[in-house]
Amino acid sequence: MREFAYERPSSLDAAVAAFAAGDTGGGGAALIAGGHTLLPAMKSRLRQPDTLVDLAGVPGLTGIARDGDTLWIGAMTTHATVAADPTVAAAIPGLAALALLIGDPQVRNRGTIGGVLANNDPSADYPAALLALGGTVETNLGRHDADDYFQGMFATALADGEIIVRVGFTVPTASAYAKFRHPASRYAVVGVYVAQTTDGVRVAVTGAGPGVVRWAEAEAALTASFTPEAATGLVLGGDLNTDIHASAEYRAHLAGTMLARAVAAA
Amino acid sequence: MATTLTINGATAAHEVSPAILLVDLLRDGLGLTGTHIGCDTSQCGACNVLVDGRAVKACTVLAVQLDGASVTTIEGLATMGSGAETLHPMQAAFKEHHGLQCGFCTPGMVIAGLEMVRRHGHDLDEATISHELEGNLCRCTGYRNIVTAIAAGAKAMALSGETVDA
Repeated sequence: MREFAYERPSSLDAAVAAFAAGDTGGGGAALIAGGHTLLPAMKSRLRQPDTLVDLAGVPGLTGIARDGDTLWIGAMTTHATVAADPTVAAAIPGLAALALLIGDPQVRNRGTIGGVLANNDPSADYPAALLALGGTVETNLGRHDADDYFQGMFATALADGEIIVRVGFTVPTASAYAKFRHPASRYAVVGVYVAQTTDGVRVAVTGAGPGVVRWAEAEAALTASFTPEAATGLVLGGDLNTDIHASAEYRAHLAGTMLARAVAAA
Repeated sequence: MATTLTINGATAAHEVSPAILLVDLLRDGLGLTGTHIGCDTSQCGACNVLVDGRAVKACTVLAVQLDGASVTTIEGLATMGSGAETLHPMQAAFKEHHGLQCGFCTPGMVIAGLEMVRRHGHDLDEATISHELEGNLCRCTGYRNIVTAIAAGAKAMALSGETVDA
């Protein structure tokens, strides 16, 4: 890892200031939450920030609460906490189950929901949940609607240095996530989150293409009949990934299989 | 920068560069070489330690991130009494049930076992242990005796009143 400066501000305003002042050598500043994506990227020198601004000392970024039809989760809340939290389990059991599929127990003890959503890895799990359930990413600058938040591979509506404070998920009638895990990395080869909401059925797919997407054809089929059988034969279209793990054709088919499993579990 | 850590019960200020990983501070800075570096990519679990009672991969956390935290390594589990070292019940179970061959993954496996006890209690079934070991790799044993050892260690901890502090 290249050397860098480390700041641990104790307020959101101080974090914003530290980030703004952190680009001391052209490498920029980086916000660090759990660090389980950022630190590996820094080890391999894909990222070489001049300054790391650690959000661990900023108060008010953890915690889980339900307010009406919205389940709020603080940005620095770990996957382990989400997976074990009774409020999450009661409101959106599919989300608790999703958290338990991220990484492994040690990773879940450090990795955070805000970190995942800020990074927006095209194979990450939470983006599928946020897009399918609908909801809000609340930051130090305002709110982003889930439908506008994800903007392709590692791209989001966040401005440079904008800090996620908490994430709101709309509580559905029923929902579930089905994921075909890469056995080594634990990322989704394909993951499908299905949500039955008062506004209709919403389906989001991660891992298959350059970023998380809604799946309109699946939503139409499940609106007609919310059954695993309705997913039979559905094949995901669009620009899908081909890599050493799976071809685009394989992922397209796998999405239909994960869709049926998610509906069965919802 | 000055970072205060309680390592195996001893609190001290350590002067560390921000780029120093916890595992490097433990091994190179403090000589606690029981925590191993296997993959260095957060996959194998050989570097597992307890941070405030929770298992984390010491290769994927900076020492400076843990200012004020309590770290327990494999060296901190056994207790000294009347001049002789007594293995922690989880360690003793690995010895008793041949839960290791080359031993490289063992410190991380033992820590993973303690993490299981913290979250699931002392009565661990085989399916739970197997599932919970998803972040730990062993290249010798085939895991069979590791699962047996963790189940036995968890039970032995109940008998001896051992808890995993949060």
